[in-house]
Amino acid sequence: MQATRDFSHYVKHLGSGLAHIDLAVEGVNCAGCMSKIERGLSAIPDVTLARVNLTDRRVALEWKEGALDPGNFIDRLAELGYKAYPFETVSAEAAEVENSRFLLRCLGVAAFATMNVMMLSIPVWSGNVSDMLPEQRDFFHWMSALIALPAAAYAGQPFFRSALNALRAGNVNMDVPISIGVILALGMSIVETIGHADHAYFDAAIMLLTFLLVGRYLDQNMRRRTRAVAGNLAALKAETATKFIGPDEISVVPAAAIRAGDTVLLRPGERCAVDGSVIEGRSEIDQSLITGETRHAAVEAGSAVYAGSLNISGALRIRVSAAAEGTLLAEIQRLLDHAVQARSRYVQLADRASRLYAPAVHATALLTMIGWLIAGASLHDSVITAIAVLIITCPCALGLAIPTVQTIAAGAMFRAGVLINSGDAIERVAEVDHVIFDKTGTLTLPELDVVNSAAVPADVFELAGRLALASHHPVAAALARAAGAKSPLPGVTEEPGQGVRGSFGGEEVRLGRPSFCNAEDLAEQVLRRDPEASVVAFARGEQPYVFAVRQGLRPDARETVAALQRRGIAVEILSGDREPAVRAAAETLGIPEWRAGVMPSDKIARIEQLKRQGVKVMMVGDGLNDAPSLAAAHVSMSPISAAHLSQATADLVFLGKPLAPVIAAIDYSRKALRLMRQNLYLAVGYNVLAVPIAILGFVTPLIAAAAMSGSSILVMLNALRGRRVRQEQV
Amino acid sequence: MEVIAFLVPLALLLGLFGLLGFLWSLKNGQYDDLEGAAWRAISDDDETPTTSGPSAAHRGV
Repeated sequence: MQATRDFSHYVKHLGSGLAHIDLAVEGVNCAGCMSKIERGLSAIPDVTLARVNLTDRRVALEWKEGALDPGNFIDRLAELGYKAYPFETVSAEAAEVENSRFLLRCLGVAAFATMNVMMLSIPVWSGNVSDMLPEQRDFFHWMSALIALPAAAYAGQPFFRSALNALRAGNVNMDVPISIGVILALGMSIVETIGHADHAYFDAAIMLLTFLLVGRYLDQNMRRRTRAVAGNLAALKAETATKFIGPDEISVVPAAAIRAGDTVLLRPGERCAVDGSVIEGRSEIDQSLITGETRHAAVEAGSAVYAGSLNISGALRIRVSAAAEGTLLAEIQRLLDHAVQARSRYVQLADRASRLYAPAVHATALLTMIGWLIAGASLHDSVITAIAVLIITCPCALGLAIPTVQTIAAGAMFRAGVLINSGDAIERVAEVDHVIFDKTGTLTLPELDVVNSAAVPADVFELAGRLALASHHPVAAALARAAGAKSPLPGVTEEPGQGVRGSFGGEEVRLGRPSFCNAEDLAEQVLRRDPEASVVAFARGEQPYVFAVRQGLRPDARETVAALQRRGIAVEILSGDREPAVRAAAETLGIPEWRAGVMPSDKIARIEQLKRQGVKVMMVGDGLNDAPSLAAAHVSMSPISAAHLSQATADLVFLGKPLAPVIAAIDYSRKALRLMRQNLYLAVGYNVLAVPIAILGFVTPLIAAAAMSGSSILVMLNALRGRRVRQEQV
Repeated sequence: MEVIAFLVPLALLLGLFGLLGFLWSLKNGQYDDLEGAAWRAISDDDETPTTSGPSAAHRGV
């Protein structure tokens, strides 16, 4: 049965006889790769477009419909030395891209308007102290109005919309004072221009929008980039399934194209991409990603299999069932829904600040107006002074204070291998004082590793690795990987259910079950020392060897736990695995508090208990069984190898083998929170200085412009300090 | 000084052309890959096979 590959799910038809596909490509990081790929792909006849996007690490391809199969491109890229995967743009990412473009358009319009209004304002400022004629000043003011009004109406949309949404929901966010400030400044300027006054504030209003849009765009671009990388990683994980399209005909299709009722083939060593029940075959499966249990479970016809299970020994035919039909999944889904509902909405620092800020500013402006009226000023002068107070306090620096720090911190965390799923995660991570780890796949690596390689001679280890290349069994695959084997032995035959045999240097070599290699006694000894391991035996001639294989701890797990404890953070393990395995891990890592055999609902109960004591819990887990507790915790983190549901639930996702990103996330977030607070103080401090000048009525447009840009630049420079944290580290 | 009545609108008109150029380049997808664009500028290859952005029908994505 030779499988065909079916990529039609990913192909977009553009009309005019052209088809389009996006591929995520691994290892594109220089100009050389870019032109190599583009030239290599364009050389294929009928390709009309091949363009690499270096930012997103993707390549866009267009070709004459029907002339080519997308598989050709993937093969061609493989020849060039690049691994490529078909890529589906998720709607969330498409929305991010669209939003980012819209903000850039707004920024372009606002920047154009600011520059041109400034060009007209500077003659007015200098003319006011020299010999400008009133008619000339009016002309300049009207020209400014002509530019600033339409530009503000367009470029202010992001703020106006957000403010309107907040007001409708009965809230106040930072965009409400921004919108009020801009609209009042423009309105007052028009009235003043009509009244032939000396001052108009068109420049201040439009400059405010420009500065704020810079902050918004940077923020959005950072999010978009994180999302693109996360999307690529999802594509690289290559969720495909082997579907039966005839009685004996199979095709590799993306998991998203599988429907309930389809029959799929699951070969040994493959991870199941669907939920379903076995209709034919007999095997053992590893469900550690779902339950945390590392011991393999036996399955046969009628057994339920969940997405994420790893098939160990025999091929299985699986009938796909509708999602969440299984009792375990349904239970997890129910707990997850409950946890998400129960999650109290976290009020972000920016919103808390604006809740205090908006009423204070508006009250100050009102009091200024009343004060001047009592002091005997005219209504016109009082209103003008009050609006000047609003303009000078308009939260330019305040609006930049938090997003700039978030952008810088997210960028730094991105480089440390942490992707941020939700915007307010940085603030929540900074508050964490208790970290709960899941064991399987989180403290340990998801892949199997050989743990007793030191006890076996190096040449035997290497030879066993080369022989293991012939087998699909995950344990054999782990052996081959650990031995770094590259060249398979020739002429290897497989004995189903037993192992593989070949010959090397005139001697017979065998790899498989202990009984297959006459190594039962040795295997028993190894298992007695390390009861958690799986064993695979190897025989060279009559000399047997036994390898113990299991999930190893992440390389820096011990250091990371120690580093957390040094920071005064309590560490705990909650695992669904059996007691001996959890105890061993906890003892190795020096974690005093651990629980084994914990059900998803018990994990939540423990988190709720800690929450009631006022502890801010960070949950780090990867399994499907962790998803509800990830949602219940104050903040949550998942490795990139985690089950889909868990990854979608987690606030942060970390990449790679080390556990150090957990420390990086906490360090950068704590620093970021400190900088956000400093920035808020800076912005408020500036207001404390500027507001008395405004209340006394001494503010001219020149002072407003200088103060606004000065404070904004100060806040941005302070935010840049978030790029580094002290290198005490792990 | 009457000449400013003519020169100022002219200056604005020129600026407006710049803005339109920016909006066109944005719509044309020229800001989608800033990192790649930085490298393309110093690339030695003269014969870049396809230099235009993705075709019009696909731009919105």
